[in-house]
Amino acid sequence: MAELIARTPCAGLLPLAVGGVDLTEESLGALTTLSPRRGQEAALSEALEAAHGMAFPAPNRTTGKAGARAIWFGRGQALLAGPEPDADLARLAALSDQSDAWAVVRLRGAGAVDVLARLVPLDLRAAAFRRGHTARSELAQMMASITRLGADDFQIMVFRSMAATLVGELKTAMEAVAARG
Amino acid sequence: MRISCPICGERDRREFHYRGAALTRPAPDAGEAAWDAYLHLRDNPAGATRELWYHETGCGAWVVVTRNTLTHEMPGCELAAEAAR
Amino acid sequence: MRIAGNGLLGEARQVAFSFDGRRFTGLEGDTLASALLAGGVRLMGRSFKYHRPRGVLGAGSEEPNALVTIGRGAAREPNMRATVQEIFDGLEASSQNRWPSLGFDLLSLNDLAAPFFGAGFYYKTFMWPKSFWEKVYEPMIRRAAGLGALSGLPNPDRYERAFAFCDLLVIGAGPAGLMAALVAARSGADVILADEDSRMGGRLLAETREIGGQAGHAWAAEVLAELGAMANVRLMTRTTVVGAYDQGTYGALERVGHHRPRHSRALPLECFWRIVARRAVLAAGALERPVAFRDNDRPGIMTAGAVRAYLNRWGVSPGRAVTVFANNDDGHRTARDLVAAGVHVAGVIDSRHDAPLSDAFEVHRGARVCGASGRRGLESITIRSVAGESRVQTDCLGVSGGWNPSLHLSCHMNARPLWRRDIAAFVPAPGAVPGLEPAGACNGAFSTAACLREGAAAARAALADLGRRPAGFDLPQAEDAAYAITPLWAVPGRGRAWLDFQNDVTVKDVRQAAAENFRSVEHMKRYTTQGMATDQGKNSNVSALAVLADATGRGIAETGTTTFRPPYVPVAIAALGAGGQGKGFAPERLTTSHSASVERGAPMIEAGLWYRPGYFPAPGESGWRQSCDREVNMVRGAVGVCDVSTLGKIDIQGPDAGALLDFVYTNRFSTLKAGRVRYGLMLREDGFVMDDGTTARLGETHFLMTTTTAAAGEVMRHLQFVHQCLRPDWDVSIVSVTEQWAQFAIAGPKSRELVNGLLDTPLREGDWPFMACGPVSVLGVGARLFRISFSGEHAYELAVPARFGDSLFRMLLERAAALGGGPYGMEALNVLRIEKGHITHAEIHGRTTACDIGMAGMVSDGKDCIGKTMAGRPGLVDPGRERLVGLKPSGAARQLIAGAHLFAPGGDAVRRNAQGYITSAAFSPTLGHMIALAFLRHGPERIGETVRMVDHLRAIEAECEVVNPVFFDPEGGRVRG
Ligand SMILES: [Zn+2]
Repeated sequence: MAELIARTPCAGLLPLAVGGVDLTEESLGALTTLSPRRGQEAALSEALEAAHGMAFPAPNRTTGKAGARAIWFGRGQALLAGPEPDADLARLAALSDQSDAWAVVRLRGAGAVDVLARLVPLDLRAAAFRRGHTARSELAQMMASITRLGADDFQIMVFRSMAATLVGELKTAMEAVAARG
Repeated sequence: MRISCPICGERDRREFHYRGAALTRPAPDAGEAAWDAYLHLRDNPAGATRELWYHETGCGAWVVVTRNTLTHEMPGCELAAEAAR
Repeated sequence: MRIAGNGLLGEARQVAFSFDGRRFTGLEGDTLASALLAGGVRLMGRSFKYHRPRGVLGAGSEEPNALVTIGRGAAREPNMRATVQEIFDGLEASSQNRWPSLGFDLLSLNDLAAPFFGAGFYYKTFMWPKSFWEKVYEPMIRRAAGLGALSGLPNPDRYERAFAFCDLLVIGAGPAGLMAALVAARSGADVILADEDSRMGGRLLAETREIGGQAGHAWAAEVLAELGAMANVRLMTRTTVVGAYDQGTYGALERVGHHRPRHSRALPLECFWRIVARRAVLAAGALERPVAFRDNDRPGIMTAGAVRAYLNRWGVSPGRAVTVFANNDDGHRTARDLVAAGVHVAGVIDSRHDAPLSDAFEVHRGARVCGASGRRGLESITIRSVAGESRVQTDCLGVSGGWNPSLHLSCHMNARPLWRRDIAAFVPAPGAVPGLEPAGACNGAFSTAACLREGAAAARAALADLGRRPAGFDLPQAEDAAYAITPLWAVPGRGRAWLDFQNDVTVKDVRQAAAENFRSVEHMKRYTTQGMATDQGKNSNVSALAVLADATGRGIAETGTTTFRPPYVPVAIAALGAGGQGKGFAPERLTTSHSASVERGAPMIEAGLWYRPGYFPAPGESGWRQSCDREVNMVRGAVGVCDVSTLGKIDIQGPDAGALLDFVYTNRFSTLKAGRVRYGLMLREDGFVMDDGTTARLGETHFLMTTTTAAAGEVMRHLQFVHQCLRPDWDVSIVSVTEQWAQFAIAGPKSRELVNGLLDTPLREGDWPFMACGPVSVLGVGARLFRISFSGEHAYELAVPARFGDSLFRMLLERAAALGGGPYGMEALNVLRIEKGHITHAEIHGRTTACDIGMAGMVSDGKDCIGKTMAGRPGLVDPGRERLVGLKPSGAARQLIAGAHLFAPGGDAVRRNAQGYITSAAFSPTLGHMIALAFLRHGPERIGETVRMVDHLRAIEAECEVVNPVFFDPEGGRVRG
């Protein structure tokens, strides 16, 4: 019987390594935006804790851990990354499935900050943007979500349709940083 | 130019979309003069302005920015949703 | 000539380069200027207007004369300053603005005609006849005047931009800047120290002064070693801070690749930094100004400070018998350093009667240099004093008219500098740029000790603002001599005395401007072009306005300066727009069917940021029309598949979702049943149409809005505006889900057959009426099906999670082929919708109302909505407006053209007779002739009339019959069937 074949946003584009920096595609599992109903912010946070083990994140923060993470995603919005959302959450929040909407890549290695500094107008200094911090910003004119997973370890998300541009921009920046030696 | 989003913190201006003066929408029956003023008439003050910006590539909040066109100061930035209430 | 044992280059590696094809050898660490001077070259360029032979004037980025072109071919870079350009092996430099050669320049005839070319010459001369300007004068002037030439080829170099953040930005790494950076860094602040030189240290590298008992340059090296080892410090060499902007943002240009051979294509030539600093210290130093006297532009005449820089940093004496002309004590140091290095000093001419005397060289007190000879290189100068005139043989004259603080950045936010009479210079106004503190020479503090003091104080002030405790610190000992100067701007006399070397402006030009009543400094500047060249008059501005002040009888403070604007040094557009070359201009959005479409040879059309297939050429087809006609027939006769994922899709959820939709659409959505779709029209607040599309109700509190591809972003912003700014009390969330779904239109009589082949539960006759929607399962994958149609055929849109888009598209095409169908592109889509009279942004172009497109009835009476009040204005509902109709050819000419204008038959085809225009036109293979959508005055009332179409651009006319805009199946039987 015929079967639909899944294709990831960066298929054929990644992985990539330039200098000491690696760029790989991430598969986070289900992605669901959660927008709490009016007055249900606290209840949603509790339900999220009960169902998936993490609170609703404050602005610019993430909660949870690898495999099941809640990433602050904008005004009154978080992205649940990993598990399929518990059915109970729909009582307290508007849920939208975004599992296929985002290209998710990971930029790792010494120089990752320098690469991002060429593309993102964010203060990425270690004291200002710590591990577990996240931001909605732009990357080379693309709406982006950027999360710090470690000292030289970042998760970057842009719309799926822009995956090729994302990889191209990152590659150019990685090469430029590497060429400086 | 940097705008201090009440949600995201201080951010580069390129993340924001500019709309214009922060005005109150007239009632449907407010009359032609009120609607004309709302849509078409703008002050051009040398000094303090209140204007709407949209944190488009940031958190998606509409904000009301208070800005001084003479001194470049930005003394205030609040969420439009709260300013409107 | 290189002086053995002098300078800081030591036992540097030898570097081979060329200038105008001649081979030279310099030392690693040399600039092109220092290496050429070492090689005995004094003539380095020709001036802009008169093609006067010129040598190097300074030793830094302010250089007006020694502009050269670096490299060749596409990568050649004009107008590079020899004083900034570092040499490297294989460097090729050439002089500019000369023909045929630097030594013999035919256009220097301009110089002989100089009496005619004074200030205002162009304004006065080239006024008539008007036609001469473009054909004769401008090309002539452009050929004769100018700097280096661009290659005319696409720029092969890469440019980069980057962002940086810090607590304290220190601009300039001389004694003040180093001190400020050290104090702040030791106190734990994040510091960026930026300096435009290849080596940090500022004037400490050019002077013989000591700090804390050691040579100044050695102290600088020690400080830099300490700073370089600190994690909270970033040293940025070759980086010029070019602009100060709002909220502590600074623009900086880093020269990344100019100083090395271009081996790697990945390495950018330049990087434009946007630095955000909570506080900044301006420690940009000062620039020495010349004194104007007759023929003071002879190659070999330079600033006295530049002579010291070449001697003390690069170990080069610019002459064998050097003279100095000064109005202050500083110039005497040049003579002392030269003597110490064993160079003959042929005399110091000081305009002050109380100038200090010396045992080591002759000092002419109260004397002035009043002339210079040696056209291609200085041979002698003439000195005038009470004793009369005398001539001194010299091949290099160092001139010091005093120092101008480099306060430019302090003026970038509109502050005006203040005049300080005691040092005869402008200094920054306090608080000129919020958060920026000037320190050292740029603040008028000229002694080394004062620089160290002010640097430390500025850092402490910044630390206090940042809430940091300054680390304990003792200032090292340094020279603290008072700065003694008696102003002298220009030596009176006959002949031309140059103020602005790059733009060839003389003392006489400025006086003439004043005489012709261009007395404002801004007017004088524009009339004479003083300060308008690439150097922005860094050497000449203050002197020129002093001459103007004298000519107008006003004081310098009263005369004021022109406005210093960014950038401080020239910045290539390529650097400012870095990242925007080629495809970097905008992101590309690709659908999931992109690869499959490209594999089939479909040419791509840009739709906003998206790329969509124009058509799918079949074997044997020779042009787009052939493919398009086939695809239209295929949809009308069998089934076609088209990727419509680019349309905006917005999830609107919450108890007030219906209320929001009722408010943004003219028609009502709160009454829509779950599982149904409705067409909606959206207005702007001024009453004109913004966008249209369908919205589906997926559940009680869940709607899915579709926008046009072009307006998706605008509509999202609008919905958020309406919610957040106008109705924040509503409980509704608005989320874009455009990218989650790959959505395909499946249209044609065989569409249900094609869909049913994929659905796990096939549709039954009557189950899915027109405008129904709901969840379905496609080969085990959860999907959404919408019974909607843009083509006018029985059609569906099938949406699957995007990961399956590529696979589903290929499968649809394979199965469609078996039914006599296949893919169709944007061209066919357009023809299909014109045949049905469906509008796009060609029709809703921002000037059309609901009434114009025949949808006045869609503005619901029972509720308010965005745009409703203004849409009711009489002018917007006037039946006489240009309103939507269809047109078909009714005469011999069969061609209809979008953009053509409509007129009454027989009338003149002129503007005042215009009755409307065509917005969309296509050949309809279904009807066998061209059809068009048009806006026509009183349109719908004129069905059956004839109008005349005129395309003035292509000179095409056609008689047209006005018809119903729905050309095909007006009853809609096919779409519902
Ligand atoms: Zn924000």
